[in-house]
Amino acid sequence: MSVKLVVNGAPHDVDADPDMPLLWVLRDLLKLTGTKYGCGEALCGACTVHLDGHAVRACVTPLRRAAGKAVTTIEGLAPDGDHPLQKAWVELGVPQCGFCQAGQIMSAAVLLAANPTPTDADIDRAMAGNLCRCGTYVRIRAAIKLAAKP
Amino acid sequence: MILGRRAFLASVGAATTGLALGLYREAEAGRTAPVPVATARMNDFIQIGTDGQVTIVCHRSEMGQGIRSSLPVLIADELGADHTKIKVVQGDGDPKYGDQNTDGSTSIRNFFDLMRTIGAGAREMLIASAAAEWHVPAARLVAHDDAVHDPKTKKSLSFAQLVLGAAGLPPPRSPKLRPLAELAHLGTDLPLRDGPAYVQGTAKYAADIIVPGMLVAVIARPPANLGKVGTLDATRARAMPGVRAVVTLPVPVAPLASQPLGGVAVIADHTWAALRGRAALDLQWDAGPNGTYDSTAYTQALLAAVRAPGEVIRKVGDVDAALASAATRVEAEYVVPHLVHAPMEPMAALARVDKDRCEVWACTQDPQDAREAVAAALKIPKENVTIHVTFLGGGFGRKSIPDFCVEAALLAREVKAPVRVQWTREDEIQHAYYHTHSAQTLAAGLDAAGNVVAWRQRAAYPSIGATFKDGVTHPSGGELGQGLTDLPLAIPNVRFETGAAPQHVRIGWMRSVNNVQQAFAVQSFIDELAHATRRDMRDMLLRVLGPARKVDERELGVDKVSNYGAKLADHPIDVARYHRVIERVTELAQWDKQRAAGRALGLAVHRSFLSYIGVVASAVKTPTGWAIDEAWVVGDAGIVVNAERVRSQLEGAVIFAMSSALHGQITMKAGAVEQRNFHDYRLVRMPAAPRAIHVELIKSDAKPGGIGEPGVPPVAPAIANAAFALTGVRLRTFPMQPI
Repeated sequence: MSVKLVVNGAPHDVDADPDMPLLWVLRDLLKLTGTKYGCGEALCGACTVHLDGHAVRACVTPLRRAAGKAVTTIEGLAPDGDHPLQKAWVELGVPQCGFCQAGQIMSAAVLLAANPTPTDADIDRAMAGNLCRCGTYVRIRAAIKLAAKP
Repeated sequence: MILGRRAFLASVGAATTGLALGLYREAEAGRTAPVPVATARMNDFIQIGTDGQVTIVCHRSEMGQGIRSSLPVLIADELGADHTKIKVVQGDGDPKYGDQNTDGSTSIRNFFDLMRTIGAGAREMLIASAAAEWHVPAARLVAHDDAVHDPKTKKSLSFAQLVLGAAGLPPPRSPKLRPLAELAHLGTDLPLRDGPAYVQGTAKYAADIIVPGMLVAVIARPPANLGKVGTLDATRARAMPGVRAVVTLPVPVAPLASQPLGGVAVIADHTWAALRGRAALDLQWDAGPNGTYDSTAYTQALLAAVRAPGEVIRKVGDVDAALASAATRVEAEYVVPHLVHAPMEPMAALARVDKDRCEVWACTQDPQDAREAVAAALKIPKENVTIHVTFLGGGFGRKSIPDFCVEAALLAREVKAPVRVQWTREDEIQHAYYHTHSAQTLAAGLDAAGNVVAWRQRAAYPSIGATFKDGVTHPSGGELGQGLTDLPLAIPNVRFETGAAPQHVRIGWMRSVNNVQQAFAVQSFIDELAHATRRDMRDMLLRVLGPARKVDERELGVDKVSNYGAKLADHPIDVARYHRVIERVTELAQWDKQRAAGRALGLAVHRSFLSYIGVVASAVKTPTGWAIDEAWVVGDAGIVVNAERVRSQLEGAVIFAMSSALHGQITMKAGAVEQRNFHDYRLVRMPAAPRAIHVELIKSDAKPGGIGEPGVPPVAPAIANAAFALTGVRLRTFPMQPI
């Protein structure tokens, strides 16, 4: 059966089981590989995308939940990859292996949209679901604050 | 000879003269007709185009250490190329590049001179070409900013103009390296080359590679090592939509080495179908010879081993007599459980087999080993195997073993289609090459004045060697040289012993390897000695290490110290360098002042992979217990290439080591791993990350040391020492904060 959704502004008619997690729809069917698989159980945040502007873990979000909605992935966060967070991430050299960083940025983007001047505590709360094994947390905090600057 | 475009085309036609030329065409912006551009290969690492484009091969895997932002810049500096304009291409697995095993913190320390030689060789060829053109002595010419310059005539020729002439020249046998002062970017903060790709989601990791007609496989592997399929009914799995095949993999034979574990693969159109197919397998395992392994019982066996005398591996003086006559005797036992790498990217490999050829894309730390393993498994010549190295979403030692590449190759051949093997998080946690499980006992004797006069340390843990060879029960010299046999001790009576520890699960390399437990025990125990004698840890540490000197095998009381494969002449064990990082890190952390003000600080120092790292951690009470709120790290890694990535490695090492120390524990029951995913194998998350991690590097002209791993070992003891200062409770095991 087919499900209609909009991904990064482009309408898609996806012919797949509505139970299929959005992560695999994005990666395997739509070939949008910027969204990463890290745990499959909403424990690591590597697959974080926006569903109508809210951060969701794509690995536990069935396709049916995205029906008729707008999905934004890291590829669609900013037209030229120049979201203030993306620029701050590069400026402060946040990524090490880089694998978790798309999910980190997608979580941070939702935080900033709701709270343009987050405190450390706000950042800790909003980012607690995103793991980074390389240990870039201190720089992530700094980069979120840099991006938040007017 | 300088070639215009026309002449150059003629020369390409004459490429049989030995010019190593590759020709391709590409349209230049603003031109309607494609303009031919030639690329000349200066050597295996450097190509220069007639458009001036310098392309440099990075032959080491990028896994977060920033090697692609570092080594190619060193080559560019030596060459005289503008590093901001170079292109970096990732080298396939090929012996022509030399060692590619991106492990052991070797990428800078083993390649610093070699990569400079590569750059210098190409530079000399370009200079020789200019000298011939100008009829002047090569010795007076210099290369910088992508051109060769004659300081006397002020004339310049760009690399673009020179390359075709230069590429035909014989490569110099022993090119002269620039003085270090001429390497303009050495030790500076270099730009993060792949930063934009990482933050835009365009960096390609193993699972991001797509080829036409590919399928995806997930594998059900035996829970215990050397287990095998008992009964299998794949009817339900085969009936799942999208499932194409169910394949039983070969049963491995001991020693396991890098063989796949066997099991049953479900191959499908996409990952989700494969996962659902695997879940639908009706499968009973035959547990095999390790089906009774119980890691909790094993801890007791390790403790029994270290409570009795073992094999002596290091000896000075008479430790028994000195312990017997000591005014004060301090003893302690330390246990570190199995740990697992948990890189954010679980293993994945894509393989395509065409008759007797195989092409693999993989997140491998060791593409040459992967090439050999795939060739052996498919019984084809290794020359027929190509291994493309993708970005690695973390490696930490796990991805130096190519088992997952072999799985993909076997399945691709079986189903006659390209196959990506995708490891799930559960697979990664339950089928790792684990950090070893260890027990240690330490006993020290102090005289009435508080001098340490005796030190006895016993260690027992399964060796990595047993993964590759049957019957190995004791650690190797290389494993013991990670903090035991190479540890400077200004103590007159010293004895180190090892106990037997047979292996039941695959033990492998995990970031800093045996330094983890060995530094933890030693640096915690010195803090215990400080408290037992009411001394400051810094003073006790300096006293135990002794005066500034270079320590040799005779003083250590060993036949040979492995020294990470380096000669002691090149990389001495230099106590002055321990002193320097201890002094600087305690200064940065305001050790005396902050402790006087009641702050709970812990200190530790460790030399590993030829680098010296001092750490101070600060512990604070929280509503539920305690946390680490700040850390200071001072590193002396000798000459560094990219200071910015060195600092980032040391920052990250604090968090990585915190996860192991606070939460790390893999346990096995009936041979099977009990943990499954990040809910029961916890890692440090943002709220538990220190508010600040301050990193400073000591300026040094010593030969480069490693940097990926050395930040890890001193962190756990610094945390335990800080926690003791805060709570009065001595933590001698991981995890310090169990779930």
